[in-house]
Amino acid sequence: MALRQCAIYGKGGIGKSTTTQNLVAGLAEAGKKVMIVGCDPKADSTRLILHAKAQNSIMEMAANAGSVEDLELEDVLKVGYRDIKCVESGGPEPGVGCAGRGVITAINFLEEEGAYEADLDFVFYDVLGDVVCGGFAMPIRENKAQEIYIVCSGEMMAMYAANNIAKGIVKYANSGSVRLAGLICNSRNTAREDELIMELARQLGTQMIHFVPRDNVVQRAEIRRMTVIEYDPTAKQAQEYRDLAHKIIDNKNFVIPTPITMDALEELLMDFGLMDEEDESIVGKVAAEEVAA
Amino acid sequence: MSQIVDDIKPSFPLFRQPEYKENLAKKRDGVEERHSDEKIQQVFQWTTTEEYKELNFKREALTINPAKACQPLGAVLCALGFEKTLPYVHGSQGCVAYFRSYFNRHFKEPIACVSDSMTEDAAVFGGQKNMFDGLENARALYKPEMIAVSTTCMAEVIGDDLNSFINNARKDGHIPEDFPVPFAHTPSFVGSHTTGWDNMFEGIVRHFTLNTMDDKVVGSNGKINLVPGFETYLGNYRVMHRMMTEMGVDYSMLCDPTEVLDTPADGEFRMYAGGTTQAEIKDAPNAIDTLLLQPWQLPKTKKHVEITWRQNATHINIPMGLDWTDDFLMKVSELTGKPIPESLAKERGRLVDMMTDSHAWLHGKRFAVYGDADFVLGIVKFLLELGAEPTDILCHHANKRWKKEVEGILAKSPYGKLGQVHTGADLWHFRSLMFTNKPDFMIGNSYAKFIQRDTLHKGKEFEVPLIRIGFPIFDRHHLHRMTTMGYEGAMYILTTLVNSVLERLDEETRGMGTTDYNYDLVR
Repeated sequence: MALRQCAIYGKGGIGKSTTTQNLVAGLAEAGKKVMIVGCDPKADSTRLILHAKAQNSIMEMAANAGSVEDLELEDVLKVGYRDIKCVESGGPEPGVGCAGRGVITAINFLEEEGAYEADLDFVFYDVLGDVVCGGFAMPIRENKAQEIYIVCSGEMMAMYAANNIAKGIVKYANSGSVRLAGLICNSRNTAREDELIMELARQLGTQMIHFVPRDNVVQRAEIRRMTVIEYDPTAKQAQEYRDLAHKIIDNKNFVIPTPITMDALEELLMDFGLMDEEDESIVGKVAAEEVAA
Repeated sequence: MSQIVDDIKPSFPLFRQPEYKENLAKKRDGVEERHSDEKIQQVFQWTTTEEYKELNFKREALTINPAKACQPLGAVLCALGFEKTLPYVHGSQGCVAYFRSYFNRHFKEPIACVSDSMTEDAAVFGGQKNMFDGLENARALYKPEMIAVSTTCMAEVIGDDLNSFINNARKDGHIPEDFPVPFAHTPSFVGSHTTGWDNMFEGIVRHFTLNTMDDKVVGSNGKINLVPGFETYLGNYRVMHRMMTEMGVDYSMLCDPTEVLDTPADGEFRMYAGGTTQAEIKDAPNAIDTLLLQPWQLPKTKKHVEITWRQNATHINIPMGLDWTDDFLMKVSELTGKPIPESLAKERGRLVDMMTDSHAWLHGKRFAVYGDADFVLGIVKFLLELGAEPTDILCHHANKRWKKEVEGILAKSPYGKLGQVHTGADLWHFRSLMFTNKPDFMIGNSYAKFIQRDTLHKGKEFEVPLIRIGFPIFDRHHLHRMTTMGYEGAMYILTTLVNSVLERLDEETRGMGTTDYNYDLVR
């Protein structure tokens, strides 16, 4: 089977890293060989697999060693639960340097060192929430990741971010082979959340590949720095991640997305009662005027 | 094919030999996938048309042959004008190699300038570590008394903060607490070399005066400050010194690289020579006023003079040509109370005499010109004074206000009718204009020699000869030592212009038995 490279995007704090690691555990359980590449200066994309606080990152070790050229693949590649390979790109402290450039440097290093040549079935890039510059688009540039999964939930900002990410994909899709492969709904227990995300997926021209319900066992496992599948394989939630993993294995629905306009998005939110109709008559009125009226 | 050691031939005329011609033809036909001569000619002719010019001016996303350089280049020139000051560029190494070779080719002098050579790791983690090592090493090795820091694109894109880096370098003991390290952020992708000069100058005066203003009194030292701006004619610094001395005016030339850019070959290498002293900068707020010799490129400096030094920064135009040199000297006289001496009045008289002597040859001659904002403004003004007619007037980095200013000056003169002002345009635009609006001459830097070649290729009657006044001049020697400001500068420009006209006339009239009825001994 050819190597499939997937990238996970989504609003910050939506649960990308947790979802990625749990679903990767599911893939590994199904016998797939997987590597996770964390593309976030926080370097917390592999802790549940490695049972570690934070993995030593490529950029951190490069800084200690002097330069990236002084590193070897073995230095940065760690192996965790069910032989899942883990790498973290890392990056600078907040407020200095350029984290985006760090991602580019790290991914180039992995390619030059042949990290992708081993017999792998999947590579997952777990990318910082807001794709603030070209560096964080690195996983979808130059035909690296070809499948993009967007983690979202039934909230305005999460859906807004999903739509923005779809816009980003369109830019690269027309000149390369990157495609949107589906939305993963990480539930926040809002009303009619599944319907809402399915409708958003339909409008973006894609699918909601799986609805991951909310379950406290995820947090209990996280405290122990484990995925649910490892911590409690019998849990209901473990089966949810297995289902997601199998859906990804079988997924053939790869599209160039059709991002929607801000108006269309607002309309969708209003239909589902997440947003009130805008009252144009109150725009720009101060409190005193309102009282007078 | 082989050369004889006693008679080494350069590419011309070597490549005229049959064996080279044959070899080059083989290469052209075999591997270059060159279009046919007819096709090349056809495209060339098309690029000379009005139709192409229209398309060329609709160009949006591409600059071809910019008529400007980048900010740190200006910052380096500025730093060179201060005593024992080492220009230090925070960023990548290649940029600094470019600044050094660029000045080097123009001034034919070694240029001392260092880089902290940021690499990939510095791009990710920020360049603080480079700065620590760089400042410490540069100070230890080259023993400057000031290090003036500017930046390249790389440091600017990742947002390196010079102020905190330099303060941290002091705190960590890489440089002493009191060692002066003024700085300026000079992103190359914003503005031009003149912006960079302005930023660096402001950085230097800010460093030495911002926190020591309490005991400063405007006018207390009785001096006039002169700020040259991005100035590459060494004669312009020298003429200012001479005029101020002749007037008996006490003055400070704030930034003066004449010594370090013109060192003698006497066996001693001078990494530093001359330059404005730190004491002079510190004393600058006590002056009567600060005159900016190239005001269009010094908005940041002007603000500092007005707000921090609380001086008027009285407006003057660049002292080029007759009128604006008069204005400048009268302004200095007015501010200092010193009369304009007989010697300068006499010099002025000589210039007027020269202008009338050459007038017949320059009257109605059409000149296109490009360059820096103030220089172009000054040359346009002087051309009008000479009765010459400026045609296409181009400044790549000037703004709309400048355009209006030039248009206003053109409108005031009967010789300004042909003037067309172009801003934000490059030398490929200028090339189109040289074909469609063919002037008699163009005035600019060395780069326009290729435009002259192209116009000649269309036919001798289309050729627009280049008169080299500006920066950089790489292909003629020692012109950087000349003067373009003051009466003396006007004399140099006038001499250059009129002799170019006469050279050209000789060239056109020396056809034996055809045009030589006008090949005159006396012009």
